[in-house]
Amino acid sequence: MNEKTLRKNRWQTVILLLIIIVLTYVSSAITSFNFVDGLVTIPKAIGWMFSNLMVTQETLDKLPTILEKLAETTFMSIAATTIAAVVSLFLGVFGSKTTKVNNFLSVFARFIASVSRNIPVVAWSLVLLLSFGQNSVTGFLALFVGTVGFLTRAFIESIDEASQSSVEALTATGATYFQIVGKAVIPQCLPQMISWVLFMVETNIRNATLVGILTGTGIGYTFDMYYKMLNYNAVALVTLCIVITVIIVDLMSNYVRKVIL
Amino acid sequence: MEATYIKRKKDGRIHIKSGNKGDRVLRWTVVILTILTFVAFLFFNYAGLELGSAITETAYNLKVMFLEPALSHLSLGEAIYQVGVTLSLAFLATIIGAVIAFFLSLMAATNLAPVGITRIVRVFVAFIRAVPTVLWVLIFAIAAGLGSEAAVLGMLFHSIAYLVKAFSEAFEEVDKGILEALQSAGGSWWHIVKSGVLPSTFTYLLSWVFLRFEINFGVAVAMGAAAGAGGIGFDLFMASSFYFDLREVGFITYAILIVAFLLEVISTRLKKRYFPATSD
Repeated sequence: MNEKTLRKNRWQTVILLLIIIVLTYVSSAITSFNFVDGLVTIPKAIGWMFSNLMVTQETLDKLPTILEKLAETTFMSIAATTIAAVVSLFLGVFGSKTTKVNNFLSVFARFIASVSRNIPVVAWSLVLLLSFGQNSVTGFLALFVGTVGFLTRAFIESIDEASQSSVEALTATGATYFQIVGKAVIPQCLPQMISWVLFMVETNIRNATLVGILTGTGIGYTFDMYYKMLNYNAVALVTLCIVITVIIVDLMSNYVRKVIL
Repeated sequence: MEATYIKRKKDGRIHIKSGNKGDRVLRWTVVILTILTFVAFLFFNYAGLELGSAITETAYNLKVMFLEPALSHLSLGEAIYQVGVTLSLAFLATIIGAVIAFFLSLMAATNLAPVGITRIVRVFVAFIRAVPTVLWVLIFAIAAGLGSEAAVLGMLFHSIAYLVKAFSEAFEEVDKGILEALQSAGGSWWHIVKSGVLPSTFTYLLSWVFLRFEINFGVAVAMGAAAGAGGIGFDLFMASSFYFDLREVGFITYAILIVAFLLEVISTRLKKRYFPATSD
């Protein structure tokens, strides 16, 4: 690195920082976001949380209902993730460069993944709500579509990354397509894929809360109900239950990940 | 010579695979996930579901949405402005999050901070991550009132958690020699960060920030719809839940889709340029 490149780098950094500052200013003007107000809010909000978000004795009576809803939501997210993983496995195998059947299917798989990933879960859940109504299937389908998009991309990446040489070796021995995929590609990528699936289970439990608020199902609806009834003690209890569930799932998947990878 | 002990199955065949712990855990994970999936369908609440008509209706709805998009309650200019609002919310949450995350991740990197502090920061981050973003926004909305402050602050939390993890991993990969050289030249902790760690990781950090911006755009749409944070997400919510106007839902979905595609293209390029190992 000579002096010239160093100076050029420095200029690039300065210009970049200037652009960022201008953009920050513009976006706070558009959203009428006030930095000072925002800063003042943080201690206020934390103080409010400590004084109001307390789990009291009487809210504990609501624990069975909350746990039931939480179980429904958790199971819903797991089911959505697993079934999405099966679909994504096929899409991933078709979409990957090393294992694609033909170009058309490959582009098709990538297209489906991209569209279902980029249309937000919110849009899916609102559209599905119109005809499926207020029940778990709506949430399940909304999570399912988003998860297929994400997992297909992840699976395509791990298949591309892992299997080049073993695919070549099996092709050289005259193995059929199904033998190559079944004996080389999937066993090799399985740990990576399971790791993605576990990550998605955790993400989906959190997303399910959002979907629940929109579609009126599961723990999200319970939260929304207590929130609108201004019953903040119950809100605290619901939040606590979600936090504990997510942390348990997180710890379990971290353990599995550590062993299999 | 090592044939002292050969595991055999009941019918006398030799075990071909020696099952190690990894394989066993992997198999159990798959089995448990499958079982839980089947159990899940028993737990579902099927109230008011008529599957047949729901599917045909959804197909029709999707057709109207995607093939006949139109605006009726918004003008085109307003729609673009609302997309701008959503982008701005995402941008503010990302930038403020990045600044805070930078300092926190200095405390979370094991090669820059004592073990005790890194552990505290990591537990703190894990807790933040466990609360869904929408709950953060709603909780802040009580204290700050509905508005951009609540939305940005609520989205800030997950941005910080995500970026602290990414940043601290990047810091930990900094060549140990650089740190040692600066230390032996008498550099203080801040000198080490400013002239050793920051220059060698800066581009990495920037691309992580951009990746988070892409995620935050989606989050901002969701927050508009679920927590009334404004922007295009709120219009999406109004169009589908109040006006039942599928054509408008379609138009807004297309608008979101276009922005999301653009962001994705840029972030894929960034990934290819700065993380060649993780992309193809």
